Amino acid sequence: MYDLKALYEATSVQNAVELRLEHPEAQIIAGGSDVLVQMREGKRAGKELISIYGLDELRGVTIDADENIRIGSLTSFSHITRDPIIQKYINVLGEAVDMVGGPQIRNIGTIGGNTCNGVTSADSASTLHAWEAIVELTGKNGVRRLPIKDFYIKAGQVDIRVEDGEIQTAILIPKASYENTFGHYIKYAMRNAMDIATLGCSVNVRLSPDKKTIERARIAYGVAGPVPMRAESAEAAANGAPSTREVIERFGLAVLNDIHPRDSWRASKAFRQHIAVEMAKRCLLESIRLAGGEIE
Amino acid sequence: MSQYKLIRCTINGKEVERMIDVRASLTDLLRNDFHLTSVKKGCEVGECGACNVLIDGECYNSCIYLAAWADGKNIRTLESLTGPNGELSDIQQAFLEEAAIQCGFCTPGFIMTAVEILETGKLYTRDELRKLLSGHLCRCTGYENILNAVEKTMKRRLGMPTE
Repeated sequence: MYDLKALYEATSVQNAVELRLEHPEAQIIAGGSDVLVQMREGKRAGKELISIYGLDELRGVTIDADENIRIGSLTSFSHITRDPIIQKYINVLGEAVDMVGGPQIRNIGTIGGNTCNGVTSADSASTLHAWEAIVELTGKNGVRRLPIKDFYIKAGQVDIRVEDGEIQTAILIPKASYENTFGHYIKYAMRNAMDIATLGCSVNVRLSPDKKTIERARIAYGVAGPVPMRAESAEAAANGAPSTREVIERFGLAVLNDIHPRDSWRASKAFRQHIAVEMAKRCLLESIRLAGGEIE
Repeated sequence: MSQYKLIRCTINGKEVERMIDVRASLTDLLRNDFHLTSVKKGCEVGECGACNVLIDGECYNSCIYLAAWADGKNIRTLESLTGPNGELSDIQQAFLEEAAIQCGFCTPGFIMTAVEILETGKLYTRDELRKLLSGHLCRCTGYENILNAVEKTMKRRLGMPTE
């Protein structure tokens, strides 16, 4: 038995918004693999829950009228990994979420829950930052969309307006972001399964038609700061540059200007900085390879 | 004040209806209401996999799944695998043959994940199987025999030699 005060099960997105306005203190529960565990630990004990788990309209991956990839917020990690649209346009996201927890967790865990948690270590978050995802929220005033970097406010806090009854309904990847773009994610953790990232790094590139120049490189980290973050000076070092060993080296070292990891029981700051450089280089190298480029 | 919900679902092939306390986990429902004690209470935070069951063909840790969500679902536990006279299924038999069982606490969870793997009808490499089985903790066997049992059953079902 869970120590919950009441359970309100939403029957539609509209109903979820109404329930949220009616019960502003209640916690939204999607798959529950964080919320129920926290409740068990006593952190959220005695709370009311609004369950949106039954809203099948929030599941699935589609291409919308504006050619955005639209990922319903309740799509589970395992369904994202298996989805043909994801595999075709943003395979790295499927690979990244395939490193969350273990198989059963990937069947229950949702991409909406992973981002609404606001934690820096979320395996989906660095890739979503690196691909400039748009977060869609639905509330009493309709739909609000914002870039994922603005969605994260601080550790454990995201921009969801409870007073407007908002819930997250989708994550979008714009066409300008995914077109001709290839990416790679590395999760550094102590175990291969059921572990949280010590550091996560996601890189993607678009190469020039002759495959010799990096037209656009984007990189984002998890656990390199209180929220997932881009490494902008590293991107500047690679954008428009030839895809050479030298550029990859410069790209890797430049991340140290951007990231500010901390000492924690999982790893020291110095160790995180060390692996951040190495992960950036390996991710860029692999992204270039996936994009059809060659490094001499 | 307690809150109740009427749910209807299919458990091991049988349609059932129950009034549940909304605070119950699916583990609570399966063990207490249906006496399906293959569903073990282990960590109760979704880490050990001892409570794993199949819901609409996918594996879930029932300890972090609300009983209220079971409404309309098709749920299968280890008890569904045995024949009418208690005969073991091929995967259970393989666990015995390969000595993949010692204390047995993790076994039902592992076997239900194995069922999900086997029902895909695909041939997986040993590394892929290792990843697919990684949501379970076993403190006795050292995992190798469990992998052997799943691999052997997978190959048998695909009509391949097992040695």
